[in-house]
This record gives sequence, C-alpha cells and structure tokens, in this order.
Amino acid sequence: MAGTTYQAGVKDYAKTYWTPDYLPLDSDLLAVFKVVTQAGVPREEAAAAVAAESSTGTWTTVWTDLLTDLDYYKGRAYRIEPVPGDPNAFYAFIAYPLDLFEEGSVVNVLTSLVGNVFGFKAVRSLRLEDVRFPLAYVKTCGGPPNGIQMERDRLNKYGRPLLGCTIKPKLGLSAKNYGRAVYECLRGGLDFTKDDENINSQPFMRWMHRFEFVMEAVRKAEAETGERKGHYLNVTAPTPEEMYKRAEFAKQLGAPIIMHDFLTAGFTANTGLANWCRENGMLLHIHRAMHAVLDRNPLHGIHFRVLTKCLRLSGGDHLHSGTVVGKLEGDREATLGWVDLMREAFVPENRGRGIFFDQDWGAMPGVFPVASGGIHVWHMPALTAIFGDDACFQFGGGTLGHPWGNAAGAHANRVALEACVEARNQGRAVEREGREILTEAARHSPELAIAMETWKEIKFEFDVVDKLDVAHH
Amino acid sequence: MPETQAYKTTERRSETFSYLPPMTPERMRKQIAYLIGRGWNPAVEHTEPEKSFSSFWYLWKLPFFGEKSVDRILAELEACHRANPGHHVRVLGYDNFTQSQGTAFVVYRAGGH
Repeated sequence: MAGTTYQAGVKDYAKTYWTPDYLPLDSDLLAVFKVVTQAGVPREEAAAAVAAESSTGTWTTVWTDLLTDLDYYKGRAYRIEPVPGDPNAFYAFIAYPLDLFEEGSVVNVLTSLVGNVFGFKAVRSLRLEDVRFPLAYVKTCGGPPNGIQMERDRLNKYGRPLLGCTIKPKLGLSAKNYGRAVYECLRGGLDFTKDDENINSQPFMRWMHRFEFVMEAVRKAEAETGERKGHYLNVTAPTPEEMYKRAEFAKQLGAPIIMHDFLTAGFTANTGLANWCRENGMLLHIHRAMHAVLDRNPLHGIHFRVLTKCLRLSGGDHLHSGTVVGKLEGDREATLGWVDLMREAFVPENRGRGIFFDQDWGAMPGVFPVASGGIHVWHMPALTAIFGDDACFQFGGGTLGHPWGNAAGAHANRVALEACVEARNQGRAVEREGREILTEAARHSPELAIAMETWKEIKFEFDVVDKLDVAHH
Repeated sequence: MPETQAYKTTERRSETFSYLPPMTPERMRKQIAYLIGRGWNPAVEHTEPEKSFSSFWYLWKLPFFGEKSVDRILAELEACHRANPGHHVRVLGYDNFTQSQGTAFVVYRAGGH
C-alpha cells in the first residue's frame, strides 16, 4: 500500500496476525489448532505465530512483503478458546483466504497448514483439530470416484451394511492358497475380501499372480451364489507408474474394486488414482496405515477427522473408520463425528462429536466407512446400531478363525448381520437385545452357533487414549 | 471343541435376508411396514431365475408411489407371483433423496427358498 514504509527487523506476530474482530468469510478456509506454548509466550502471540507460519509470514520482515497485498493473503488468528480439561492448552482458530491454496490440492493445503509450523520453536505442541473447507474449495476437488449410491447400484446391495474380510495370515501366503481363502469367504456369504495393507508385491506372492488367482475366486463365487462379489486388490506400489500398471491389470481382469493406502503412498498418488478410478469405472477402497502416528496423540499431530476430510476431497469410496467396539482405538462419539464427515452432505458443528465447524460438501458423493479390526459375530448388534446401513464391516479372524473354516465363518457373519438388520427394521433395540437376536438366529444356523461359542469370551475393553476434550469431573 | 464340519456346496442366494429362513407372512409384513415407514416408495420386480444377475428385472406395473398400505403391497407381490409362478419376485423401496434404493429383498424365490 502506498505510504507504508519498509522497516527491517522482527516484530510481534500478533501485530499483524491476531485479528479478534475479524469475521470469517464463507469462502475462507478455517482451521482450529490445539496449541501448547513454550513458557512465557502469550496465547495471542502464539496463535498469531501459527497463523503467520502457516500462511504468509516468516520470522523477520522482508522488503518484498511490500510488493504485495499481505493484508489480503495473510492467515488471521481470530479466536482463542480454552481447552476443556487441560489448562495448558488452548484452541486457536485461524482463517485463511481461499487464494492461498491451489484448487483441488489437499497436498497444497496440508503443506501450508501442517508444514513448518509444526516444528516451530515457540510452541511446545500443536494439533490440527479440524478444518472447514469452504464449498468453493470442495467444488474444485474430484472426491470419491463413485460414492455410496453408485457402489450400491453397481453391486446390487440394498438395505444392509456390506460385509468384508481381510485375508490372513497377512504375509506369506502363495497366490493360489490366497485365492483359496478368498473363494471360501465369498462363497460363504461375504460381499468382499481384502488384501492386507502390507500385501503389495513381495517375493512370496507377486502382485500379478495374486490378481489372477483372486479374480478366478471372485468370478467363481459370483457364479455359484448369484450375488456380486469383489476383492480389494491392493495397488499400492513403490512408484505411481507401477501403481497405475497394477490398476490397469485389475481392470483388465474385470475387478470391480481396487485398494490404496492413502497416507503411506501420499495424497498425490491417491488423488491421481482416484481420478483414474473415476475414469475407469473402478471402486476404490482406502486403507489408512500410518494414521495413528499422526492422529493418536491428543496434543500433537492431525486429528483423524481432518484426515477424513482430506481423503473425501482427494477421493476414495471406502475409508477405514475404526469400529468403536473392536481391538483398535476409537471413542464412540468422536467416531460418529468422522463417520458423518464421510457420508453426509452437510455436517453441522457439534462439539459433542468433536466437530468444530459446519462442513458443506455440496454434491460431493459420500464414502463408506469401513469398520475393521478385531470384530466378530458378537459385535454385530452394536455395529449395526452404531453405523447403520451405509458401512462395511470388515472381519479378519472373525471369519477366518471359525472352527469350520472361512466359508462357515462368512456364513455366520452374514446370518448374524441379516438377523440384526431384520430386528432393527422391526423396531427392536438391537444393541440391548443383541444376545437374544443372535441366539434366535443361531437356532437356524449351526455356523453361527459355533461362532458364538468360539468367541463368547473375547472383549476389548481398554480405555481410549485419544478422547474428546471434556472437563474432568 | 466340536469336530470340523464340511461347508455345503454353494447355494444360490439373493442378497438381503437370503441367509435367513424364508419369511413368514408376519415377518414379511413388518419389513414392508419398515420400508413404508422410512418414506420410501414401494415397487415390485420379477425375473426368470437365469436372468437374475442383471441390474434390471421386469418392473411389475409401476412403483406404488406414496402407498402406505402394507396389505396393498403384499397383494401386489402375490399377484405378481401368481402371474409369474416360475420367477423370483422382490420388493424394493425407492429413496428419491438418494436416487437409489433404501432396501430390496426377494419375497418369492423360484423353486422355494
């Protein structure tokens, strides 16, 4: 601006980036960070520093600042709130103008929001709790290649959750033995089987061999049951070129669905693969290896709800969500919060579920949450109640560990699911009456009766590490 | 631990509820009441069993838009079954908000369940 003169030196971030009177625009990208400062750093200054370091600022004034309209481009810390139950931490709300980010690039958004600022010395710890992507930005992203409704229509599955199973042992099987395990699960009644995330193309089973045997198993199970089936063929690969090669081969074999690990492979690879899936009529299952490194520490990192939003924008038709009830970490209300973010068209602010902002997805399709990790037939009533129909329940040992083998295990899973869905539709309280519902169903299914006997003692009742922030009583 | 048992040769199935025993009229009535209660539009479809893998079965009349009577839907299912005795007959609920189906399941299976 004419009239402003250049003064070299270091000035307080708060002078420029703390703007408590600012009213965020509908087009602003909003973020909330949980901040713990170093001793003696005022909260306003720390919030402003986070805004600065994640947008236009650097530690000292530079003359080229005056060649642009920094007031237009800067991020603004506009609100500070205490964190319930933690006197050392506070929430810093920051608004970023939309033009700071390349269209359709969660890569670019994350590079700014969780870039250098996370190593910034003036903060002890920093966690990105939530991001509001303005609808104008959502519209620039491709999103899920197919979405929940397209997947249902393609697979002819209505009025119930989908069922899957991850093939185990996760490492070491040969391609033909692996295909055997797939065939047994699918003919027994599952909709999907899944490559374990670690399965890429190791010496014991090269990817092309796996794809061929697995697709023979899928086709045979479809022909025998008359139902549509799929196996998530993991195309996660060391290079994008190799990833696309595997995806193309899966398509050539007639596979309906492939799979990708979005965090270890990265958002660039994921967005590219999602675009490929959209252009090639392929469903895309997304696994989340590495997420707990980023999201489990309550004071530092990126909350899973942010990773969920980024994945929906980048593209995927399924995303692992946690189960609430199984062997892996996940608070119930928090999980329901990010499950809403996967599936709904509009998610209103709801602090009770850890949702800090309204999020409007416009017409972007929804993602199937995948509940996976240590689940078995006894969990089915709770899973049905928690997730409703638009979810995929992904077993492992809960199918393969059945005393009579995979087909019987799959059959037991399917009977349990359908019994719970029928009971729910009758208006019964499925979670509370779970035992009776399963016991009734088992009278017609020896497969279910044995499964219930096998797993009756297994529970996973550890306390969650990453809880929602609430005041301690 | 009981002895391992062989799993039977694979049976033809027909998606939702096809792993439960055939529905009694009373159970059927409750499922159709649920479908209507969700605000979905009931419809009836049927097909020759050998064509059942297709997305498109024969549509019986038109969807029964706004129909609230469970008896009416049960009567239409039965009428469709009588007119096409060798066919699978299914009921479905069109959800016009998702532009998809809220539920669908086979009510009469050709050759029994």
